[in-house]
Amino acid sequence: MKATCWMGPGKMSVEEVPDPQILNQRDCIVKVSSTAICGSDLHLYNGFLPMMEPGDIMGHEFMGEVVEVGREVTKVKKGDRVVVPFPIACGACGACEAKAYSLCENSNPNAWLAEKLLGHSAAGIFGYSHLTGGFAGGQAEYVRVPFADVGPFKVPQELTDEQVLFLSDILPTGYMGAEMCGIRPGDTVAVWGCGPVGQFAITSAYLLGAEKVIAIDRFPYRLQMARERAGAVTINYAEVDSVPDVLKDLTAGRGPDHCIDAVGVEGHTHGVQYVHDRAKQMMRMQTDRPIALREAINACRNGGTVSVIGVYSGLIDKFPMNTVMNRSLTIKTGQCHVHRYMQPLLDRIQKGEIDPTFIITHRMPLEEAPRGYRIFNDKLENCEKIVLKAA
Amino acid sequence: METSLETGSGRRTGNGPAIGTALGTEVRPRPEVTRSYQQMADEDRGTGGESLADFLGYFSIGLGLAELVAPTLMSRLIGVKHPDDRNRSTMRLMGLREISNGVAILSNQQPAKAVWSRVAGDALDLALLGRTLANPDNDRGRTLFATANVLAVTALDVMAARQLSAQPETVANEQMDKGIIRTKRSITVRKPVEEVYAFWRNFENLPRFMRHLESVSVMDERRSHWVARAPAGKTVEWDAEIVDERENEMISWRSLPGAGVYNAGEVRFNPAPGNRGTEVRVTLEYDPPFGKLGSKVAMLFREEPGQQVQDDLRHFKQVMETGEIVLSDATKRRGMHPAKPDDKPVEL
Repeated sequence: MKATCWMGPGKMSVEEVPDPQILNQRDCIVKVSSTAICGSDLHLYNGFLPMMEPGDIMGHEFMGEVVEVGREVTKVKKGDRVVVPFPIACGACGACEAKAYSLCENSNPNAWLAEKLLGHSAAGIFGYSHLTGGFAGGQAEYVRVPFADVGPFKVPQELTDEQVLFLSDILPTGYMGAEMCGIRPGDTVAVWGCGPVGQFAITSAYLLGAEKVIAIDRFPYRLQMARERAGAVTINYAEVDSVPDVLKDLTAGRGPDHCIDAVGVEGHTHGVQYVHDRAKQMMRMQTDRPIALREAINACRNGGTVSVIGVYSGLIDKFPMNTVMNRSLTIKTGQCHVHRYMQPLLDRIQKGEIDPTFIITHRMPLEEAPRGYRIFNDKLENCEKIVLKAA
Repeated sequence: METSLETGSGRRTGNGPAIGTALGTEVRPRPEVTRSYQQMADEDRGTGGESLADFLGYFSIGLGLAELVAPTLMSRLIGVKHPDDRNRSTMRLMGLREISNGVAILSNQQPAKAVWSRVAGDALDLALLGRTLANPDNDRGRTLFATANVLAVTALDVMAARQLSAQPETVANEQMDKGIIRTKRSITVRKPVEEVYAFWRNFENLPRFMRHLESVSVMDERRSHWVARAPAGKTVEWDAEIVDERENEMISWRSLPGAGVYNAGEVRFNPAPGNRGTEVRVTLEYDPPFGKLGSKVAMLFREEPGQQVQDDLRHFKQVMETGEIVLSDATKRRGMHPAKPDDKPVEL
């Protein structure tokens, strides 16, 4: 089969590899129909996440048809059309029982590595380094899916791939980012980053009752999408001297009630702070550039919530803990517990409350994945979201 | 050889005054809850300074090898401009001293003496550097830089030696000094105690989650025959007997005389609080072929016993909760290889 393989930082290649096999009796094999490149894949593409091996198959946003099931699989069967959540969850451990699926205690076969780096291990993730289990990803023609009765989510035939594909990651991720804020009527929410997850965080904040959402980015086409499609008030941070000052203006000095960091490890800003963070990152004195996070903490109103859904991979420098402590901020974060959100979000899609297809700017065959990575990473051709058609 | 699992039980917090008297009688914690956990915490006492000592041990060996193999280069590094044979042999001698120091540190659980002898070595180094400094032909800048480095390491050595000297004698280290490796690991399994105990009590189930075991055959109520994988495709076999067992509480076993490698184990089962399943705690001890140093070398290749027990326990949890050991393409056999399908067989 054809699969998108990571061959080194900045190097993606579509290779011919053997078809996947059932490895555990609770597995199924999915013939991928549509898959997408995630913003977090770019952190791997750019070499910011450790523990990759040349040849690793990428991809954790995918859907398709079940073509084979293991002996112990009872709920899904051959021919089912399913969307697969990106975290792998066993459904039986304490974390799964608490519906904290991205913290599954059994699904990371490399838990011992994760424990050394993170203290404890979280769930395994498709196509997302050996630190999260070394699972082959779904930017391929076929993919092996463990715990077929727990993850794969059957979707109605009348909905198109593009309407349901993002249930695999970014729609629930954006939604959880807004949900963690505990939005109340009249609340103002600020969202850093207008990539696909940021767009879904904006729309979700409205779904959950926000009065207004303010979006921050530097790419005019992304800000335009946030404004015209998601309904945000937008700030181009490259055009203002201080984002927190503008946010104070917009909230009459209070600050946003909730701040969502949908940027993560590779944040950008202008000025001295960026140069300083970039230099430290290059010298390996810190691995992540927490620029959006620092600004979100700084801007948030007293007693407000900072919700972090951007991905961080290691250590950060100059974390303003005094602000968090003295101003009673709450920080909430986590990889999305996708399984929890698939049914309620599917319901919202079916009721027409949200149309996730608005973020798609590019569609291309799987073979063109390397070009997709390049234009998505370099923000070429006004790229917001790429869907790869595998079949 | 006697197992230390029995001697460990003698060290527990005494029956002193009631626990938590700062609290009103209504909210006071129950001693039967806290006492056994305090005992567990106390059993870990006596291991302070271990990782710093290990670091110094590896550092000693590394520096010693450099001095032994490249004495000319090392002499130049400390400021001797034209090293002669006398310089070189002194350097080699110091190298041998460093290596033997490092080996001594890594071979002992409480290497206080070995680390103090490093401090003595530092003093000798400083004296030699003083002599180098006195010779006007040498590079003063380099010698002073080397001296500053030795002083920094001396500070670390003194710190480690003082911490190690202050350690109490506990079960965590008393057997170690006799060359017995003792390792403790634990995990929480989301199943009732009865089920978890019953699965473990049938020793023939052990190879399903213990990677290094090929088979265990039960011979009678107390005795069993164990076959384990050894490097280079070989196997080792031994007979073991159950030393003690209490249903749904604990099982302990040890190898019978005649086993190639003495080993003993104990597993305890406790209901986890608030219906969280079962707390499983394993203590293993064995007498490794090359003592603690051998296990340190093995550790470099991820064969460290604690890691292996942890992996086994994780696999035990997976088998109990999900039915099998969870695999990925990158972990279905050992060694680094990419996360993509291949036709090679599963080999844990």
